[in-house]
Amino acid sequence: MKHTLSVLVENKPGALMRVTSMFARRGFNIDSLAVGPTERHDVSRITIRVDCAQTTLEQIEKQMHKLVNVLRVQELVPGESIERELALLKVAAPASKRAELMTLADAVGARLADIGPDSVVFELVGTPEEIDAFEELVRPHGLRELGRTGRLGLSRAARTAKRPQQVLV
Amino acid sequence: MTGADAILRCLEAEGVDVIFGIPGGAILPLYDAMARGTSVRHVLARHEQGAGHMAEGYARASGRVGVCVATSGPGATNLVTPIADAWMDSTPLVCITGQVRSHLIGTDAFQECDITGITIPIVKHSWLVQNVRELPSVVKAAFHVARTGRCGPVLVDVPRDVQEAEFDFSYPESLSLPGWKPPRRGHSRQITAAARAVAAAERPILYVGGGVLNADATSELLELAERGRLPVVTTLMAKGAFPESHELHAGWPGMHGPKWSNWALNKADLIVAVGARFDDRVTGRVSAFAPGATIVHLDIDAAEISKIRHADIPVVGPLKPVLGQLARELEPVPGRAEPWLRQIADWRDEFPLRYGGENGVLKPQRVLELLQELTADRDDVVFTTGVGQHQMWAMQYLQCDLPRSFITSGGLGTMGYGIPAAVGAKAARPDATVVCVDGDGCFQMTQQELATAVLEQLPVVVVIVNNGYLGMVRQWQDMFFDERFSQIRLTQQVPDYALLAQAYGALGFTAETDDELRDALEQSLASGRTCVIDARVDPHEHCFPMIPAGAAAVDVIEYPVNEAVTA
Repeated sequence: MKHTLSVLVENKPGALMRVTSMFARRGFNIDSLAVGPTERHDVSRITIRVDCAQTTLEQIEKQMHKLVNVLRVQELVPGESIERELALLKVAAPASKRAELMTLADAVGARLADIGPDSVVFELVGTPEEIDAFEELVRPHGLRELGRTGRLGLSRAARTAKRPQQVLV
Repeated sequence: MTGADAILRCLEAEGVDVIFGIPGGAILPLYDAMARGTSVRHVLARHEQGAGHMAEGYARASGRVGVCVATSGPGATNLVTPIADAWMDSTPLVCITGQVRSHLIGTDAFQECDITGITIPIVKHSWLVQNVRELPSVVKAAFHVARTGRCGPVLVDVPRDVQEAEFDFSYPESLSLPGWKPPRRGHSRQITAAARAVAAAERPILYVGGGVLNADATSELLELAERGRLPVVTTLMAKGAFPESHELHAGWPGMHGPKWSNWALNKADLIVAVGARFDDRVTGRVSAFAPGATIVHLDIDAAEISKIRHADIPVVGPLKPVLGQLARELEPVPGRAEPWLRQIADWRDEFPLRYGGENGVLKPQRVLELLQELTADRDDVVFTTGVGQHQMWAMQYLQCDLPRSFITSGGLGTMGYGIPAAVGAKAARPDATVVCVDGDGCFQMTQQELATAVLEQLPVVVVIVNNGYLGMVRQWQDMFFDERFSQIRLTQQVPDYALLAQAYGALGFTAETDDELRDALEQSLASGRTCVIDARVDPHEHCFPMIPAGAAAVDVIEYPVNEAVTA
């Protein structure tokens, strides 16, 4: 079962390493990881995608809470949160194929980020599933390079960020 | 004031009386500040690993935070083993390391290593101090984090230029640690539920771990056990947390625990785990461990709840108030406990500890029996051990009735822990009789700290259960590797431990018979000096009972019957 965790950490040296090291040491696998600033200059947000059982997820949350730099751990529940990812895709694009590629890109809302003599770079922001789909669409044309940010998430606008759910009584 | 002086003022403000360490290049300013004067005593170890274990022994014997100091690079890496040990056994430890000057960090400078990076998986937290103005709040935070929540090690890495920098010192009164929120109290309704479950159980048992000692909750534990007439098993880390002469003490669970203790734990219908973590050396195969038991788990660390065994009634919080409330709320049904207690007593009579008969050779178990006999009349005795067979025999044959009287390396199983831990314990409790029960393999890993014991006037008695082998390895090779003995023979003669002791300025004894051992122990305990007793024991003795790794309690292997006499 896949889960997305949104973790707020103090913006201090080594904070990310402490989190990822805990995952490595305890044998938890990270599917994707995105790190960046938040509305507070002294706080960073780490969005972590993990594939694990519910009991393991509880362990991960509890182990993360023990890290001194970790301020909050929240699971982003599907349906109650927004998840997005950015992808850059460099695709082979001889002149004869460009029109077809542009049509595909338009259909999914991908933007043309750069254009060269025999290839183009698309940028696409969407749910990770939308990006997966676009990736498969352009792959037959020759996907030369792909970079994805890993998913980023926030709880829905109707929900204000809560205190971390007390896992245990 | 310089940063180095500030570190000492911080330690003084924290009430630290002894620290353990070794100077070196990157920590020179701190040692220079010591020369300028401080109320903190510095004990000069012979190896940083020794300094770290001394700080652990100090912490375990006193209940205070242990402090050790080392220089950068190899000094710091030599601390890695004690840090890992303290991490596994939840020993509060503040490690202060020197680091190369700030502008050299990252250049592979002489004696540079990334000790904060190396230790990330084995510390609660660590700090690389980048500005001298942060130093006081970092040191204060270090002590706070080490001793609050689940205790453990922290590391403060201080570049040399930060130690030398001048600033206006003041020790902060408060701290800002927004991410550090250890639980302050247990959930009251959960405790009530636990009390009801305990009262309703037919065969309840308290499974007590080292957390009770860290929580200073032994009197609450005693109150709970007596009120509910609850039998108590104590893990290796909790030996002494409940009086072992008490009728409710039901021994020690796990791989080398007595059969009756493991039966009591495994046949219980309700286990109250108190500051214990269902370690594999206690449970054996988890799926076969106490299959019929409801689990009440009391712990300050939420992450221990349901980590190994699902907790039916978890209570996260500091054990002292949690146990206190549980004891107050428990309404035992009069007489209900007695059949279960009688059953455990029957098992105890049926399955006593046994070892080999008289063949004129000194048996290792006998060494522990004699040590127990000759220390029984002393008020304040602290035992430390190394790791291996002698450690397990010490668990089985020494009787500890007081908290903090048995100090050992449990989780990490660090050979060589015993001697430096004894020195640290003696520094914490100068009036106590401190005895290290060691193996000949362990002794040779940290023997150089005998010099520290002698020269720092921290006398300890070291009893080497000398079987000339890496005994526990030998036992495993014998039992599980078809007797293919591989690289285990140390010999009983090299080194000559008594002569070696004398070379260090200690008293040395060699004992090959019961009488010689008794004589050596009596002389050593009376001497007030550092002593080493080389007790040459039967090298073929194995430690029983034994539940093989990954097996269940019912698979226990007992002492071969035709050779055994009841102890």
